[in-house]
Amino acid sequence: MTPQSRPAAPAPALEVQSLSVAYGKVPALRDISLRVEAGSIVTVIGPNGAGKTTLLGAIAGLLPSRGGIRCLGASAAPWSVEQRVARGLVLVPEKRELFTSMSVADNLQLGAFARRRDRGARTTLAEVYARFPQLAERRDQLAGTLSGGERQMLALGRALMARPSLLLLDEPSLGLAPLIVRKIFSIVGELRQAGVAVLLVEQNARAALQLADYGYVLETGECALEGPASELASNPRVVASYLGRAGRPAA
Amino acid sequence: MDLSIAALLAQDGVTNGAIYALLALALVLVFTVTRVIWVPAGEFVAYGTLTLAGLQLGKPPGTVGLLVGLAIVAGAVEAVATLRRREYARLPLRLALWVGVPVLIAALVWWAAPRQFPLAVQVVLTVAAVTAMGPLQYRIVFQPIADASVLVLLIVSVAVHLALTGLGLWFFGAEGSRTPAFSSASLQWGELTFSAQSLLVVLTSIVLIAALRLFFGKTLYGKALRATAVNRVGARLVGISPGLAGSLTFALAALLCAFSGVLIGPITTVYYDSGFLVSLKGFVGAIIGGLVSYPLAAAGAVLVGLLESYSSFWASAFKEVIVFTLIIPVLLWRSLTTRHHDEDA
Repeated sequence: MTPQSRPAAPAPALEVQSLSVAYGKVPALRDISLRVEAGSIVTVIGPNGAGKTTLLGAIAGLLPSRGGIRCLGASAAPWSVEQRVARGLVLVPEKRELFTSMSVADNLQLGAFARRRDRGARTTLAEVYARFPQLAERRDQLAGTLSGGERQMLALGRALMARPSLLLLDEPSLGLAPLIVRKIFSIVGELRQAGVAVLLVEQNARAALQLADYGYVLETGECALEGPASELASNPRVVASYLGRAGRPAA
Repeated sequence: MDLSIAALLAQDGVTNGAIYALLALALVLVFTVTRVIWVPAGEFVAYGTLTLAGLQLGKPPGTVGLLVGLAIVAGAVEAVATLRRREYARLPLRLALWVGVPVLIAALVWWAAPRQFPLAVQVVLTVAAVTAMGPLQYRIVFQPIADASVLVLLIVSVAVHLALTGLGLWFFGAEGSRTPAFSSASLQWGELTFSAQSLLVVLTSIVLIAALRLFFGKTLYGKALRATAVNRVGARLVGISPGLAGSLTFALAALLCAFSGVLIGPITTVYYDSGFLVSLKGFVGAIIGGLVSYPLAAAGAVLVGLLESYSSFWASAFKEVIVFTLIIPVLLWRSLTTRHHDEDA
């Protein structure tokens, strides 16, 4: 992985300032701050229950939160989920949340619902099919009949139909075969080339840190560590907790 | 019973069943998209008949006042929500949509009433007026509590039913109305006689159902409603707002109810509170479809119509009892054949 050296954009794609989320009285996230520059991949790693999914849910607007969320310089706090999608902030959730009893083509078409007034959806559809030839083959099949890997591709493809400027990916590798994980990660890498900023939440810390430019380690609702991904990957604490002894990445 | 009587009863049953089918579809639609068990569907049926009856008598129907009143309340609700979110620039457009459009329709109905336009124009006006009330009802009552549990939504739904029945009495008065038949012609086919009226009712229902199918299968907004019914979170994540889906759903449901009101007008005398019983029969049909399956709901509604028609011949005193008792074996069968799903929040 060659590190990307692009000049920092004036407004980051996402800026989260001291974000807190609570389920009732139980705090799930405390005082999280993070930045995702345009065209970069930032990963959040951490153990189960650290609050990674909660973090993405709050950024996407599915969960109420306190603190600041700024998207391309504008405060996203008053926006609903749908308004955030329309402004390019798109979440691919851990559970995929596909429309299982509808066809692959319909799922993708609905992915562009937020930009139904612009005429580019057809071109985007062709791009998504080019990226995921398997989806093109199965365009008339019901989404519920797809395999796990194809479902993840469809979830990603559906999100790309919205032409995101910031993509929030929740555990894209969960439950998938290594070959498919590699494919998904290489597509995420291509998206960075295309200028899309990505906030990637992963349990597969090794793959995530290899791909990302910058990383955060989330533990019990707090940010325990942060730094450039290559530094995190060689940090002894990260190696011990998340990468294992054999896990020194080649990069 | 000989064949001709059996055929006559069947024809009656299918005609009524076609009307119940529209209601059953409306109930399934509302439930799958918004999780509301839509008890006040019947009021919309009654409003449909009474509006058309008013137009035929040449006097402005109570719908005019009701529509203006609902529009003002919905406008106030929308204005408060918009100001709270500080979206000041959007206020004029939203008020135009929520107040302007319904008031315009009400004004049109009021203007058209004394002018005795042909039946088709009156039907269009009736359907437009009643359809407009659907989204208004959603905006005022159901949208603010869209995330509540199914039980809370049901309780509110019953309350809305009672309120709308009361408003019906106030705006339309206590006397019943019956609209003249659309056609008195009849077709002879061998031994059997078909009334053109029945054929018209069945045909209208079929056309509406086909149009609905086309809408859900081919259009982006139809697919968006299906998507919301399949996966509410997924729908929000592609940018389908629950408010949009709900308003559209209630507009479609109100449209179906308005048509059933128009179609049932020549069959029976409709009072301000008659709609409830009619919608209950649609509800039995919808329950046969498990409140989720459109084809089963429509078939169930036709079954209800047939059962009602034959039982009125054999045991007319027990007509309603027999129809509503049908729900017990149906529920038994459903609870034995389907797995129980926990309500997903």
